Amino acid sequence: MTRGARLAEWVVLYALSVAVALALASVIVEATGGDWWPVVEALVDGSIMAPGRWGGTLGIAAPLLLVALGTVISSKAGLINIGQEGQLLIGAAVAVYFSFLIGGPGPLNVVVLLLFGALGGAAWASISGLLRYWRGVPEVLSTLLLVFVALQAVGYGLKWQWLLLADEASRGNRNLVSEQLAKDNRIPRPDVFGNEFPITVYVALALALAVAYVLARTVWGFRLRMLGHNPRAAQRAGVSSTTYGATALAIGGAFAGLAGAAMFAGGGFSFGNYRLVPGFSDNIGWTGLLVALLARERALPAVVAAFVFAGLRNGAGFVNSTGVQSRITDVVQGLLVLALLVPPAVVFLRDRRRARAAATERV
Amino acid sequence: MLIDFFSAVGDVLSSESTYINGALFAALLAFAATGEWVAERSGTLNISVEGMLLSGAFAGILGYHISDSIVVGLVFGVIGGLLIAAVQAEMSHRLTADQFVVGLTLNILVFGLVGFLDREIEPQALRASEVEVPVLVDIPLFGKALFGEPWPFYLLYGLVPLSWWLVYRTRWGLELRAAGENPQSADVSGIDVNRRRRQSIYYAGFTSGLGGAYFLFARIAAFDDSVIGGQGFIAIAAVIFGGWTLWGTMAGCVLFAGALSFQLSLQGLGYELNTELLQALPYLVTIGAMAIFAKRVRPPAALARPFIRGLK
Repeated sequence: MTRGARLAEWVVLYALSVAVALALASVIVEATGGDWWPVVEALVDGSIMAPGRWGGTLGIAAPLLLVALGTVISSKAGLINIGQEGQLLIGAAVAVYFSFLIGGPGPLNVVVLLLFGALGGAAWASISGLLRYWRGVPEVLSTLLLVFVALQAVGYGLKWQWLLLADEASRGNRNLVSEQLAKDNRIPRPDVFGNEFPITVYVALALALAVAYVLARTVWGFRLRMLGHNPRAAQRAGVSSTTYGATALAIGGAFAGLAGAAMFAGGGFSFGNYRLVPGFSDNIGWTGLLVALLARERALPAVVAAFVFAGLRNGAGFVNSTGVQSRITDVVQGLLVLALLVPPAVVFLRDRRRARAAATERV
Repeated sequence: MLIDFFSAVGDVLSSESTYINGALFAALLAFAATGEWVAERSGTLNISVEGMLLSGAFAGILGYHISDSIVVGLVFGVIGGLLIAAVQAEMSHRLTADQFVVGLTLNILVFGLVGFLDREIEPQALRASEVEVPVLVDIPLFGKALFGEPWPFYLLYGLVPLSWWLVYRTRWGLELRAAGENPQSADVSGIDVNRRRRQSIYYAGFTSGLGGAYFLFARIAAFDDSVIGGQGFIAIAAVIFGGWTLWGTMAGCVLFAGALSFQLSLQGLGYELNTELLQALPYLVTIGAMAIFAKRVRPPAALARPFIRGLK
């Protein structure tokens, strides 16, 4: 098959499966007496078209991308880390704790905050690394279980003033909130064409390029991929699975923790308004994992996927005004992800069948 | 103060309602964990069990809403669970999509969908009637919890031994375990690995759907989207805690449900325990158990590893 035909086939397949997903969603809305088209318009308006909205979408896309980049690194080493939600939350909590403990002038405090966010996430992920390489506990299980421990641990921290809870003067009648981050300690959100988003967006994009480069073009990245493809061969070639695996897990956690800290210090109204609150992570960790897996564990496609997911999430805010509940966006998002999984699988299976047919013919 | 506390603990431990509550949660976990155990033995870490429970619960109440019959409700619950299982199984073990993407997405999808439909339809149901097993129900403390339950509870007494028999005493079960331990060898000896895995996911959908519906009819008979509230993940923890044996899994269910019920009863008496610690307990205990027994208890060797012929 020529290159052009192949590309056309991909486009058709994707268009078809996305169309089916949207059709299913429309059936659900129409069957319950709603109108579908206004929902679509609201989603598009709320994510990019309406004034100031694409900035908000970018602000959500940045932490998603950061989480996804970490996931790309750990899965390149053949590890299945599904605990980003917990790593992100712990990262945010550690960042908050040390940011208020250390203080310091504005920009310096931002650096401290991000640094401790990454450290916190890395430490949490390293528990799984330790369990895996010391006790042989599969990382897929421990990362998953630690998510729920992290949720409770941060909930506990928010109950005590010596940990995360704000003092009474600043929290008013609210319970379970941290101190609000002072104005000059926040990540700047400059205005671009009437859209406001934190500069972490640029950082996340730069990191995406860096991750893609490191994995594809450096010795370290090569060894990591070798470990993922064939652990035994890697071991023979002198790649220690313990060192490289544990490092990859820790880096994955660091990215998630960094995302958490960035959400806290630059997320604005999308994420707790510069306070740590219960449920702060708000599924960004889970969604970031989806972004990475949907991008088939590659850094640059993850940029696109992160933007799409962020758009859906941001657009959801506009759906309620159409009279259809905004819960429908969860449905749309779920159906879209499932639809996007179909074309690669179909092509993969068909290519294999063809190859097998060709092989038997030759014999 | 401390004496008061211990007498409260004594009250809780000697009150029937603690055990009845515990049995309610334990049964929900057991329904889900039985199916999850079968799925994991065949090599799938079936994360969508949470979605299966929720889907079963909503479909169950929908069935009752339509027909005013609990039996129909339970059948609907099973169908609800099977629908989710169908997507999970066909996408991850026929179309070779990543099982975690499918599972996580399904959880989000089901959560959104039932929340959406619930507010559109607002179905109502009744509690199932209680059936008491004579004599046994008079056992002090936990007699009522085990033998005086709403009738769908007793399905569990058939389902768990049946699952054990299927997995350990039939050819199907042997092939299923082979698919979970060494798919390459299983494939060479003529077993359709992905087919066995799909079937085991369907089985998980069946038990979880039933469990979700049971929970509604046994407890509240009203639906909201937080009714399952992460119990599916506790069921996964129970399977891991049980070291991938059925009896260990059941022990995990009882332990975790007991802890939950204990905490709720103590709260009812006005004692605030460290709720976060208790909520995290199932996961902490499971992680601890894995770390301690990791050398003796090991998961199915191919757990969470997809099988594609010719690829490792």
